[in-house]
Amino acid sequence: MRHLEKLESQSVYILREAYAHFKSLVMLWSIGKDSTVLLWLARKAFFGHVPFPLVHIDTAYKIPEMIEYRDRLALEFGLNMIVGQNKQALAEKRTFPDGNLDRLACCKTLKTEALVNTLAGKWTRERLNHKTGKYEPDTSTEPYTGVIVGARSDEEGSRSKERYFSPRDKRSDWAVGDQPPELWNQFKTDFAPGTHIRIHPLLDWTELDIWEYIGQENIPITSLYFDRGKGERYRSLGCYPCTTPVKSTAKNVQEIIAELKTGKFANIAERAGRAQDKEDGGGLETLRREGYM
Amino acid sequence: MTNAQEKMNIVIVGHVDHGKSTVIGRLLSDTGSLPQGKLEQVKLDCERNAKPFEYAFLLDALKDEREQGITIDTARCFFKSAKREYIIIDAPGHIEFLKNMISGAARAEAALLIIDAKEGIQENSKRHGYLLSMLGIRQVAVCVNKMDLVDYSQKTFEHIQKNYTEFLAQIGLKPKFFVPIAAFKGENMIHPAESMKWYEGPSILGVLDGFEKAPSVEKRPFRMPVQAVYKFTEQHDERRIVAGRVESGAIAVGDSVVFLPSHKRSEIKTIEGFQAAARTAVSAGYSTGFTLKEQIYINRGEIMCKAADILPLVSTLLKVKIFWMGKSPMVLEKEYKLKLGTAKVPVTLKAIHKVMDASELRKTEKKMIERHDVAECTLECAWPVAFDLTGDIEATGRFVIVDQYDIAGGGIVMEMVEDQQSSVREQVALREEKWDASMIGADERQNRYGHGPKLVLLTGPVGVDKKSIAKQVEKSLFDQGLKTYFLGIGNLLRGIDADIDRHKKSRREHVRRLGEVGNLFMDAGLIVLATASNLDDDELRLLQEILRRESMLIVNVGTNHFREGAIDLQLDEKASVAENVLKTLALIQS
Repeated sequence: MRHLEKLESQSVYILREAYAHFKSLVMLWSIGKDSTVLLWLARKAFFGHVPFPLVHIDTAYKIPEMIEYRDRLALEFGLNMIVGQNKQALAEKRTFPDGNLDRLACCKTLKTEALVNTLAGKWTRERLNHKTGKYEPDTSTEPYTGVIVGARSDEEGSRSKERYFSPRDKRSDWAVGDQPPELWNQFKTDFAPGTHIRIHPLLDWTELDIWEYIGQENIPITSLYFDRGKGERYRSLGCYPCTTPVKSTAKNVQEIIAELKTGKFANIAERAGRAQDKEDGGGLETLRREGYM
Repeated sequence: MTNAQEKMNIVIVGHVDHGKSTVIGRLLSDTGSLPQGKLEQVKLDCERNAKPFEYAFLLDALKDEREQGITIDTARCFFKSAKREYIIIDAPGHIEFLKNMISGAARAEAALLIIDAKEGIQENSKRHGYLLSMLGIRQVAVCVNKMDLVDYSQKTFEHIQKNYTEFLAQIGLKPKFFVPIAAFKGENMIHPAESMKWYEGPSILGVLDGFEKAPSVEKRPFRMPVQAVYKFTEQHDERRIVAGRVESGAIAVGDSVVFLPSHKRSEIKTIEGFQAAARTAVSAGYSTGFTLKEQIYINRGEIMCKAADILPLVSTLLKVKIFWMGKSPMVLEKEYKLKLGTAKVPVTLKAIHKVMDASELRKTEKKMIERHDVAECTLECAWPVAFDLTGDIEATGRFVIVDQYDIAGGGIVMEMVEDQQSSVREQVALREEKWDASMIGADERQNRYGHGPKLVLLTGPVGVDKKSIAKQVEKSLFDQGLKTYFLGIGNLLRGIDADIDRHKKSRREHVRRLGEVGNLFMDAGLIVLATASNLDDDELRLLQEILRRESMLIVNVGTNHFREGAIDLQLDEKASVAENVLKTLALIQS
């Protein structure tokens, strides 16, 4: 088996295990390349179908093309698409772009809080109606007990301590030091009431693996990742006030791969363009303990 | 870095302070895998702070850097040789982190076990050795480190080699190499050491490059634990796909298959995939899916096998080796869950044969298996499981034990123990092998009837009215348009059972016949209501061999003598028939 075949097989196995064990299962789709690969792997696992909802947390500051791309793919793939948002914070202008919060606090408010409450079913979820192409309030408020996430262990420190199936307690807390063991592809699939499990099918993938797989499978990803004539492209996607494009002339997947392997990004971390990571040393680990992806 | 290059996951284990970090740091620096200037920078920092340089500081510095997201190269500790790329899996040496050590080591293909030449064999040297053996890591090299502290003494090295070889032999592990090293000085790490000319073997990197990728299991018997049977009817997909990952062997379209423990048989019709080239054969390692020629009822947890291969064993009793990581000890009589392949079965610890403190390997007469203990014991499953011995096929010869919500133990299967059901199991296997199937598939029947078959068996003490409930339930289901039948036990006794007496000794045969008749009615697609007084756990086990466990519902009326979890519904004999009927209906339709 080739390297990408092994990665694909393991991810598919994990996705099927998740689907077998969690009645209330959901997959997070950030519209970025990783979770789009994850979406593709779900279609592999379930032979063209995606038998659980996809959740996107819309901070209202996403690059507009991301939203267009999301809805286009959702309609094309027949996805059960759910969108959550911190409407109150946006109405009260409790955000970084409004000048009322620092970057990390803004992430916490628009992403973490929105995510935790959307998953728990406490805040209104908007569901895509495939007939009208519009979003409507979802009638179900059932909490999701299994959450599939596209985290990779090479992204940054805290993620290398993750398991494939990682428990979170009632407050979405993550006990980094005391996780149950995981061996021989037997995962933690039993959980106490009120807790939930994060599932990480992409844990073993690197940024390069992701791009090579996108190339191999011809996965449709948003064109924001490519240079469209301005000599810049996004390497990692987020909210536009906090994400800056990198200087690059890579116009397609092959050129991105070349750039990662030998070019100027061979030694620079992927999230280097994400401003919130730099605000404090342990920023992301703190956010992740609180439920950030 | 090219993905075409071979990668190997290795784990480095050993007692605390025996030099794991030094070995890692040295491997990284001597293979030129560190970011430029990093080593010099850390050495300079140490000098400034007037503390002696240690490779652990280098690893810490890399970790800090990783956490700040500065380099991606070190995100996973890896280094390259001319032959391949190595990924070092983080495996903490401290006993408190044994769960993490095991999670990491379980994914490794090879291991380096470090022993301090001066301190000699310590507790975790032994414990880690034992665990590597249980985790199935066969490629182990023992590094006797800090040879510089014992004046590069060949005698010291050989003494450790002899003692540790003897210890490992007791647990069936034979290390491929013993290498004397002085990791801090880089002696015998990449190149042979001038200081130890008496040692003629390879250096550490030579040892690693000498390890082989796991031998291919393609030629072994075919095994695929079934993850699920998918049918996405709502998406207008009529395929019924048996999905799983091939753990060993290979299979092709047209091959006859048998599912264990149910012994159901069919033939591979197609191999399914999404956005992938069409396949007519598939082998170990691939997550895949199949459609079958004859539609049969099978479920997650069964092992799909090739009918022509040597088949797995089936029993409720397994002799195993277990290591325990749970906070509370594993005790007799308590119900746990066993997960093997994709099967998940309630299990109890039936007998402990030996408990060994993993570091000492002493046989003790303990009555429980405590945290960090290793034990040989017999497990009893609530219903039969299919498995292989770990020496034959690893993937289906190992399991974990779940206590409450967490994985608390891991183990390997050493032997099958025959249980009381082995003769009836053989008979059922033959029945399924020779089953003369009708042209109407089980799924066609289910589609037509709008429900699957079920056997609802009401039991309880003699004198408790079970029949009224059964008959009322039948009537109610019938009125809803379901295909159902009340199977009167008396009708069996005076009919099909007329040739055997009604003595207690013949009970087992009566139960067996009840099961077989029930099986025929279920094959006809019906919901069967039957009653039988005073059934016990053994008789339920017998029925579970004859019938598909998941389509059997056990309802007990009155005093309950069954083991925990054996029945699906408990009814109060004093409650009204109407009330009990409602509860039974709710169970059937849940």
